[in-house]
Amino acid sequence: MRIERHPILNFQKGPRVSFTFDGQEIVGYEGEPIAAALHAAGVKTLKHSAELHRPRGFFCAIGTCSSCLMIVNGVPNVRVCVEKLQAGMRVETQEGNGDIR
Amino acid sequence: MIRTQIAVIGGGPAGLRAADAAARAGAKVLLIDNSDHLGGQLIKQTHMFFGSQEQFAGTRGIDIAAKLVRDLHSRENVDVMLDATALGIYEDGVLTVEQNDKVYKVNSERIIVATGASERMLAFPNNDLPGVYGAGAVQTLMNVHGIKPGNSVLMIGAGNIGLIVSYQLLQAGVKVEAIVEASPTIGGYLVHASKIRRAGVPIYTRHTIKEALGVNAVEGAVICQLNNQWQPIEGTERTLGVDVICLAVGLSPLCDLLWQAGCEMKYIPELGGYVAIRDEESLQTSRQQIYIAGDVAGVEEASSAMVEGQIAGLSAAANLGLSTSELNNELKNARSQLSALRAGPVGEKIRAGLAAAERGATVNA
Amino acid sequence: MLRSTGIPSLEELKTVYPSDERVAQGAVAVIECFQRIPCNPCAVACHRGAIQVFLDINDQPAIDVERCNGCALCVANCPGLAIFVVDETYGTDTALVKIPYEFLPLPEKGTTVIALNRAGEQIGEALVIASQNPASFDRTAVIHLQVPKTIARDVRNIRVEGASAHA
Repeated sequence: MRIERHPILNFQKGPRVSFTFDGQEIVGYEGEPIAAALHAAGVKTLKHSAELHRPRGFFCAIGTCSSCLMIVNGVPNVRVCVEKLQAGMRVETQEGNGDIR
Repeated sequence: MIRTQIAVIGGGPAGLRAADAAARAGAKVLLIDNSDHLGGQLIKQTHMFFGSQEQFAGTRGIDIAAKLVRDLHSRENVDVMLDATALGIYEDGVLTVEQNDKVYKVNSERIIVATGASERMLAFPNNDLPGVYGAGAVQTLMNVHGIKPGNSVLMIGAGNIGLIVSYQLLQAGVKVEAIVEASPTIGGYLVHASKIRRAGVPIYTRHTIKEALGVNAVEGAVICQLNNQWQPIEGTERTLGVDVICLAVGLSPLCDLLWQAGCEMKYIPELGGYVAIRDEESLQTSRQQIYIAGDVAGVEEASSAMVEGQIAGLSAAANLGLSTSELNNELKNARSQLSALRAGPVGEKIRAGLAAAERGATVNA
Repeated sequence: MLRSTGIPSLEELKTVYPSDERVAQGAVAVIECFQRIPCNPCAVACHRGAIQVFLDINDQPAIDVERCNGCALCVANCPGLAIFVVDETYGTDTALVKIPYEFLPLPEKGTTVIALNRAGEQIGEALVIASQNPASFDRTAVIHLQVPKTIARDVRNIRVEGASAHA
C-alpha cells in the first residue's frame, strides 16, 4: 500500500526497521508514524472502543481525535498517528481505555 | 518565565507570515506549534496555488511552506518551539505552554492566535469504522508518508478540499469511485471539478451517504439522493464498493484558546462556526493583547491566511510602537490584497461573515 | 450545468472558444475558465502578452488570440489546469492538442494513448507527439497529442497504459 512513484512528490524515508504488532513482526521505516507503518502492512484496526468494543482505526491522522490510541512498549494511550516508529517497538491493540496505573 | 514581545500560536501559513512580519518590524518573536514541523496544512498541498504573485500563485503549497519556513529561519529575533501546545492565556496575560511534559510560562506583550481549523464529522451509521477518514488524514497519509489510504474511495463533499483531495488520490494511484455532495451545486472551484470529471470520476450533487458497510473496516457505502428539503429520497439507495470513505464536509475554527482567554465570541456560520470578534483593520480581538489570523478567524483559503498573518504581525508590532512608514505601506498593501482576494463572487460569503465579525457590528450575517 | 456537473455546456464553451476563423489560422490557447475566482498566473506566464494583465484579480482571463501562437506556457502554469492549445491546421485530417498532465506514467513520444473527453469518456485514440516535462514547468507536464480533427474540440485528457487510477 506504499506509493512507489508519485508525479509531484519524492518520499524521503529513514532506514527500514522491524517492530512487533500484537506479537507479529512488521517492517516499517524509522521515523514514520507507527500508524503509517501499520497501515502500509494492512493493519487497520488499532483499538476497540470501551463500551461496545467496536473496531477503531485512525481518523484525523494529526493527533487530535484519539481514535488511534494503542499500547506502545507497555505505555497505553499512545497516539500512534503521530508517534514515530523506532526499531524494536512493541505495539499492541488497546482494548477500551488504557490502564494508566 | 520566557519573555518575548509577540508570541504566535500556530506555525501554519498565517502563523509563519505573522511571525515573519513581526520579526521584520523588530519585535522579539516566539513561534509555537504543536507538531514536529512548521508549515501547518501547507506541507500536504501538492497543487499549485491560486491568487496573485504576492500569495505565490502558481507555486505548489509544499514549496510555499518551504519558502515561508526559510524566510522565518533567516530572522534573528525569532525563537521556535515545536511539539509545544499552548494551554491557556490568563487574566494577567501569561501564556502557558507544554512541551515534552514540561510546562512553561510565557510573558508576551502581544499574542497572535493562528491555530487554524479542524475537520467536521458527519453522522451516519458505522461512521466509526476503520476506513472512515477525514480529508486531512487522507492527505497526510498520501502526501506526507507516501501511503495509499486504500484502493477505492468515496469522497463526501465537493468543496475545494473534497475536489482537491480526490485529484490527489488519483495522483497517488487510488481510485475515486465517486464524489457525493448534498447541495445542488459544486461548492469548490469549477476548474477543480473539471479536472476530476475528465479523469472519469462522477460527482453526484444532491446526494449523501446513508451508511457505511463493513464489519472490521469499511467494505462499502450506501449513498442516496436528497430532495429539495435535503431529505433522503426512498428507493434511491445505491451501494458502492469502497474501502475508504473520506469526509470533506467543512472546517470549524479551532478557537478554544480564544474562549478560554475570554475573548468575545460570536457564532457566524459563514466563517465556519464560532469566531472571535475582531477589529477588521488590525485583527485585534476584544482582548487588547490578542490578535487572530488565518482559518481561526474564519475558514477561507491559504492565500487569505498568509495575508491575514502579515496584517496581524505588522499590526501587533505597530501596537507596540514598532512601525515605520515602509511597514505602514506594507500593511496598507496587504489590506488591499485581502480585499482583492475577497472581491469576487466566491468571496461573497466571507464578506457577509466578516461584516458580522467586526467589533461593534450590529449586523448578523 | 457546469455548477452541478463540473462540465461546461456547449453554450458555456462558446463564451471562451476562439472563433472558427482564428482556429483555422493555427495553434491557439483555449482558456476553459468560466468562473470569477482570484487567480492570475496565466497572464504572468505568457511571454507574448497575449493574456491581458488582470485589473481585477477575480476577472476571467482575456486572451488576444492574434498574439497567441499556442506555445502552451500558460497550459503549464494555470493552477486549475484549465488551459489547452488546439491546432487544427496540423494535418489534413489531424489536429494537435496540447494538454496539461500530472499523472504517472507520463506517456512516451510515439506511443498511442486513449483520448478522453471532459466527462472522462473514451472518444478515440491519440498519438503522442511530445511529452514535455522540463524543470521550468514544475511538474506540470504538457503532452502534445495528434488526434483526428473531429475530436480536437473535445479531447481534454488521456489514459495511458499502466496507469492504475482512472475510472
